[in-house]
Amino acid sequence: MCGIVGLFLKKDDLRPRLGDMLTDMLITMTDRGPDSAGIAIYGDEADGLKMTIQSDTPETDFAGLDGALEAALGQRVTLQVIDTHAVLGLPEGSEAAARAFLEEKGIRVMGAGTAMEIFKEVGLPKDVAARFGIRAMGGSHGIGHTRMATESAVTTLGAHPFSTDDDQCLVHNGSLSNHNQMRRVLTEKGFAPKTENDTEVAACYISSRLAEGANLGEALEGTLEDLDGFFTFVVGTKNGFGVVRDPIACKPAVMAETEDYVAFGSEYRALANLPGIETARVWEPEPATVYFWER
Amino acid sequence: MPVLDMSETPLREVNTTLQAAAKSLANEAYVIENPRGSHAMAVGLDGPLEVTVKGSTGYYCAGMNKEATVHVEGSAGPGVAENMMSGTVIIDGDASQYAGATGHGGLLVVKGNASSRCGISMKGIDIVVHGNVGHMSAFMAQKGNLVVLGDAGDALGDSLYEARLFVRGSVKSLGADCVEKEMRPEHLAVLKELLAKAGADAKPEEFKRYGSARKLYNFNIDHAGEY
Repeated sequence: MCGIVGLFLKKDDLRPRLGDMLTDMLITMTDRGPDSAGIAIYGDEADGLKMTIQSDTPETDFAGLDGALEAALGQRVTLQVIDTHAVLGLPEGSEAAARAFLEEKGIRVMGAGTAMEIFKEVGLPKDVAARFGIRAMGGSHGIGHTRMATESAVTTLGAHPFSTDDDQCLVHNGSLSNHNQMRRVLTEKGFAPKTENDTEVAACYISSRLAEGANLGEALEGTLEDLDGFFTFVVGTKNGFGVVRDPIACKPAVMAETEDYVAFGSEYRALANLPGIETARVWEPEPATVYFWER
Repeated sequence: MPVLDMSETPLREVNTTLQAAAKSLANEAYVIENPRGSHAMAVGLDGPLEVTVKGSTGYYCAGMNKEATVHVEGSAGPGVAENMMSGTVIIDGDASQYAGATGHGGLLVVKGNASSRCGISMKGIDIVVHGNVGHMSAFMAQKGNLVVLGDAGDALGDSLYEARLFVRGSVKSLGADCVEKEMRPEHLAVLKELLAKAGADAKPEEFKRYGSARKLYNFNIDHAGEY
């Protein structure tokens, strides 16, 4: 099972409502997977870098973290704590040093980028969304996932979306069968997955292809060649949004497009409350066919 | 005409009401509003009843239908009219995976496209799709007729038994043991009747017929060494 949703706005009018709309879409998909939930959202672009971090003991780990990090980097750092997550505002060029610092402290990095923030935890979509205040978040596009775990344990790090490079994220319904082999290939290329999860391998695969110069469409085409198993992927990049299903296409998918947005849902129910859905073009994405939009 | 509004009435109550109405044999006409992609709507109807669904449905709409007519004025999710016994199911929009799967009888009409595995393991149902069907349609189909006005995807009729497949457009590929067959007068007559019943604007002569080569029916002793 698993439920996935995505929303890519073509115009700015709906931007303030993005988090609200995505939250409703994801809550509707709750009965497709109650184990964990997550949302990646592309909000206002920061001057430097936004890094979303997570800790199981945020009270101790996040206390004074901005000061310690400032001292280590020698540059100004901002910290906004949101439940078990926090969003760090970092100066440009400090990502590697910040990651090393955080790793030493045992603080997990969920993702980084100039626009993307990512929030995921064990629990139901309604609870996860409420803990992080997703409804109040605006932005240009976002993806969400509610998980029924199959290939790895129910943990925060096993939740989707997975982000394996700046401003990139991926959600997945399905299970991959060649992820161990791909993990070795990707590790050699410098895109080593950090968890045992099969979906993270797909995220690393997309990141590696984009890093090699492929565009989003080409990277998604590559999944059809190189990844084996069941998948419907929804992928976000800084300015793009893409969808691809494996050739067998057992994992359900429905899309809708209007002048205002492109929306994805595992089921039509997820799209039923979107504005203008009555007159939207609604279709089932074809098997082994790449769809992507960029702004 | 009774109206059931799914924004107020829970699914189970909607289905209980429809099932009781079908059993009463009064042949009433019901309207369902605000379906919003709900699952398992209007399932298990066992008697004459007209149900009009004002919108799109989720998984397994009109499953196990017997005698009733269910008309969806939208698109249908996976498994619409699964295991239908008799009656009619009409989808104005598209149908998702395995529409009409395992159906024993009745007529399923999809006015848009049906996706993969349409009519999988059909056992006597007639299915008319005005648009295209996806890959693996009529997989292991045993009996009944699948009529496609548009194109068919990969592996049409794989491991087919005695169902008849009629396609007007192209067939991307035929599945194992499925072959094109001669269109005889009795097939044209069946096709003409089905097209008329489904309100389809097409001529029987425009179609090609596909069926089983019947080579998978029996174990071929010459192949014994390959196992």
